[in-house]
Amino acid sequence: MALLEVKDIHKRYGTEQVLKGVSFQVERGQTVVVIGPSGTGKSTLLRCINRLTEPDRGQVWLDGVEVTSPRADINRIRAQIGFVFQDFNLFTHLTALDNVRLGLVRVKRLPREQATRRAREELARVGLADKEKAYPAQLSGGQQQRVSIARALAMDPKLILFDEPTSALDPELIGEVLQVMVELAREGMTMVVVTHEMGFARSVADEIIFMEGGVIVEHGPPERLFTSPQVPRTAEFLNKISELYGET
Amino acid sequence: MGGKIEALEVLWSALPRLLAGVRVTVELTALFLGVGLVSGFLVAVAQVYGRGPLRWGATVFEQVFRGVPALVLLFLLYFGLTEVGISRLAAAVLALGLRSGAYQSQIFRGALLAVPTGQLLAARALGMTGLQTIRHVVLPQAVRLALPGWSNEYAIVLKDTSYVFAIGLVELMREGTYIVARTFGRYSLEVYLFVALVYLVLVYGGNLALSLLARRLAIPGQEARAESLERM
Repeated sequence: MALLEVKDIHKRYGTEQVLKGVSFQVERGQTVVVIGPSGTGKSTLLRCINRLTEPDRGQVWLDGVEVTSPRADINRIRAQIGFVFQDFNLFTHLTALDNVRLGLVRVKRLPREQATRRAREELARVGLADKEKAYPAQLSGGQQQRVSIARALAMDPKLILFDEPTSALDPELIGEVLQVMVELAREGMTMVVVTHEMGFARSVADEIIFMEGGVIVEHGPPERLFTSPQVPRTAEFLNKISELYGET
Repeated sequence: MGGKIEALEVLWSALPRLLAGVRVTVELTALFLGVGLVSGFLVAVAQVYGRGPLRWGATVFEQVFRGVPALVLLFLLYFGLTEVGISRLAAAVLALGLRSGAYQSQIFRGALLAVPTGQLLAARALGMTGLQTIRHVVLPQAVRLALPGWSNEYAIVLKDTSYVFAIGLVELMREGTYIVARTFGRYSLEVYLFVALVYLVLVYGGNLALSLLARRLAIPGQEARAESLERM
């Protein structure tokens, strides 16, 4: 059974149909990369998975539990799904350590000492052991994003969703974040990543999903999608991206 | 107008009464600000997070208590409520406390709205409930954001306690008028100068304390806000 099953998700904002029936599966330990032009519903799709955005129709199943069920304990489910935002969204009034610790103490109800130990471990894992006392405003964008990854990891999630995690970063800071993500993928973390980083997609993804206009245009393993896409539109998009970013 | 030395003597001999007045003024300020803090916070929460009649009701309250002059509010509640056996102190606390609540609600509303929504999403994504999010993410930041505006409100409420002399509560201003009357107006200027000085010192001291608090609470890397408060 797939760890994550997304079935026929629809979402409309006003008159605009953002998602028009999206379905896919993610196996345990897989990294799925979602690519596609801006404004085609990629972020909305991610937010529908943990219901930060409520889908109009369709189902999401995580590890045999229906996330979209009206009776689902959504806060409990969200605690099992890490979410990494484009703009980091760290809690600005808390130190790096407290950012990572908040969910452990308040949601998982871990005793303070245990939470602290766990938070330190995760900060070390993203290479920020020496920054635990720093506040977000004292960290670079890349460091902030790594703290937010540590915040997600600390909850022991079954799955982490990444919403364009490097799009708000200066080019020289992208590498340190991607490196952490590559390691996570190697360690067997299940991840769904929306990104324009084709190098990352190519080297790490088990499956690539190309989305446009609220539907999945094409999906498949990176070797196939990058070398011999079946749909002309996929080829066109990949060409455009490679012109912009200089690599595919 | 009498001589300088006599004026000082008059003030000196009236000092115990004046200090008693200062005490009442400080107590009234605390009461008004306290009632305003609670009502203002509830109104702000209703306006920002509430919907339907709750939000609508909060806004009607806020508009009424901001839209009617303080003295008129004071008379309205004084004549309306003392009729049904409510004390004049309670009437004053309701009138000026709720008035401050209406103003404080707008300070808090701005502060609540200024907390970036992305952080609310991040809290919810961790599995925190709405209340946990408000308690652990919104409030700690909103308090800091509200301090400069609140410091201003403190000064206004403190000075506006002098309105209650109009319904016969004996605070600093009224003690002042008693001395003026007892000395047949010979020392009016000196007495009111003294009264003014006391208000000035209380406003300055309070604002100083609040700016120190703001500096203490300032988030490292974001100190600019606390500094701007110090210049106020």
